[in-house]
Amino acid sequence: MAEKVSPQVHAAYERIHASPEFAELKGNYLRFVVPMTVGFMVWYLLYVVCSNWAPGLMGTKVLGNVNVALLFGLLQFLTTFGIAFWYSRYSARRMDPLADALRADFEDEVER
Amino acid sequence: MSALTSGLVAASETNDHQALTATLFLLVVLLTVGITFWASRNTKTAADYYAGGRSFSGVQNGFAIGGDYMSAASFLGISGAIALSGYDGFLYSIGFLVAWLVALLLVAELLRNSGRFTMADQLAYRMRQTPVRTAAATSTIVVSIFYLLAQMVGAGALVALLLGVDSDAAKNLTIAGVGILMIVYVVFGGMKGTTWVQIVKAVLLMFGTILISVLVLAKFGFNLSDLLGTAADNSGQGSKFLEPGLKYGATTTSKIDFLSLGIALVLGTAGLPHILVRFYTVPTAKQARKSVLWAIGIIGSFYLLTLILGFGAAALVTGDAKDRIVESGGNLASPLLAEAVGGGAGTTGGAILLALISAVAFATILAVVAGLTLTSASSVAHDLYASVWKKGQVTGKDEVRVARIAAFVIGGVAIALAIPGQSLNVAFLVALAFAVAASANLPALLYNLFWKRFNTRGAVWSIYGGLVSSVGLVIFSPIVSGKVDPKTGDNLSLLPASVDISWFPLENPGLVSIPLGFLLGWLGTITSKERTSEERYPELDVRSLTGAGAEK
Repeated sequence: MAEKVSPQVHAAYERIHASPEFAELKGNYLRFVVPMTVGFMVWYLLYVVCSNWAPGLMGTKVLGNVNVALLFGLLQFLTTFGIAFWYSRYSARRMDPLADALRADFEDEVER
Repeated sequence: MSALTSGLVAASETNDHQALTATLFLLVVLLTVGITFWASRNTKTAADYYAGGRSFSGVQNGFAIGGDYMSAASFLGISGAIALSGYDGFLYSIGFLVAWLVALLLVAELLRNSGRFTMADQLAYRMRQTPVRTAAATSTIVVSIFYLLAQMVGAGALVALLLGVDSDAAKNLTIAGVGILMIVYVVFGGMKGTTWVQIVKAVLLMFGTILISVLVLAKFGFNLSDLLGTAADNSGQGSKFLEPGLKYGATTTSKIDFLSLGIALVLGTAGLPHILVRFYTVPTAKQARKSVLWAIGIIGSFYLLTLILGFGAAALVTGDAKDRIVESGGNLASPLLAEAVGGGAGTTGGAILLALISAVAFATILAVVAGLTLTSASSVAHDLYASVWKKGQVTGKDEVRVARIAAFVIGGVAIALAIPGQSLNVAFLVALAFAVAASANLPALLYNLFWKRFNTRGAVWSIYGGLVSSVGLVIFSPIVSGKVDPKTGDNLSLLPASVDISWFPLENPGLVSIPLGFLLGWLGTITSKERTSEERYPELDVRSLTGAGAEK
């Protein structure tokens, strides 16, 4: 945004930024997304590396013509859906109430 | 447009199913143009034009994201790659899907809260406006134009193939027609029109894909293992067809190349400007989250189904039709599979399903090119014209006028480049767009959101550094020169065989350019004395996480 905010609005942001509620919100957010991002990136890269360098493992048949490669690929889908669902639950419980309260605070302070 | 239509109809008079296909194409055109004019009546302010008035629901935007993201390259390309190279075609799908977790966890909500109309709005928030906006706009336009050119060149060949016309004139006419339609959507419909075109396309695409997949599975009594076994047998490759390695496993270089591509795919999505601007079309961060959740559901189901389409084509399409798939480089796998499960060539069911899937592919092309044109036109008008050139001293009405002119010019340039581009193999441009997005845009976005110290020089260095290194490495890669088919001796590069400037062995630059983008962002930041960006970080931090003061 090109326009700078007024000193009063800047002060409101500063105050919220220093509040324990905001620290809690940011802590809750980072506690979820940082380990999860590291986790799914490692899991995905493991899949790419196995596809490249572990053909024997990936070609092992598990059930009929279904092999490890296909199951590993389908598991990537499953974990993606799972993490997305987990995040939607987590954020609604641990982040949204805090964010809503802080936003209401901010609007009270700025509009007064 | 009428020239295109009459051309299409004339070209297809010879054959019933082509007449049917042309009719369905015409319906798609009428429907989308109708939507566009309906949307244009509700487009008044700059927020309407750039962000659809921020009035879409999470579900609607989820479908629109799906419509924006699932290009003809994924619909026809991935199923085709699976039909021809087996399992290796599936590797793309996984990177394309897992990438959405980056968007969900790290980007979508924070961007919705802290940005306004373009990617540059977010990046320039606490920086010096002119340098950061110029850099971000340059990167936005480069990524979008690369992606756009790949789609348009593909469209010429594809529509000609689907309609069964072969002449160069017909292909040129098709590209011009697609270009004109895309200009119409964007100039008149803005974000509202474009979004609805994408929603309609996503619904059509899911309907078509589910229908064909169910028909394929029914042929095998819903036994996946039977389908896989028949595909492997008919491929002539045996069980190798179901394992990784047929396409990328040839040499160590090709394996590292695939790793490089895999990293660019997973990190690129959350840096694609035409995806990022979609998060501005919803009223709140919660709706932005909901849109990504829906998008993940839709895109994930779609990629699972392409597995059935690809292996289905390998299993069920035989004889002449199979040769046509090979000739088309895989692009005809889904349409010809539709014909096969409908009853085969010459049957009414086959003709109807073939026409239906062809029309879905056509709608897919249109929706994607519209999103790309809108994104680059918005960046020209909002970032370069209004902020850099006029220093913000313009009215919204003025900006929208410039955006419309820009859309017209960009569309024209895309048509002019795509027509001669047909003789070149430009499929690499999609992978390159992902690599640039991951190397230039994502580092700057993440640093800006999470690193207090990040400043103007860091942003500028990471954007230009990622952009120049990814494009530069491709110029010196085997894509541009020095690649020869070991068996036939044919030249596989863009430049004539007599020129060889290649020294970078990989076709995908991400493995080098992405770390470089992050490194330069860090280096630029710590070597600069600028501190104002740090003082304004609390604003951005609070705003992005809580939505306090976010655009409504």
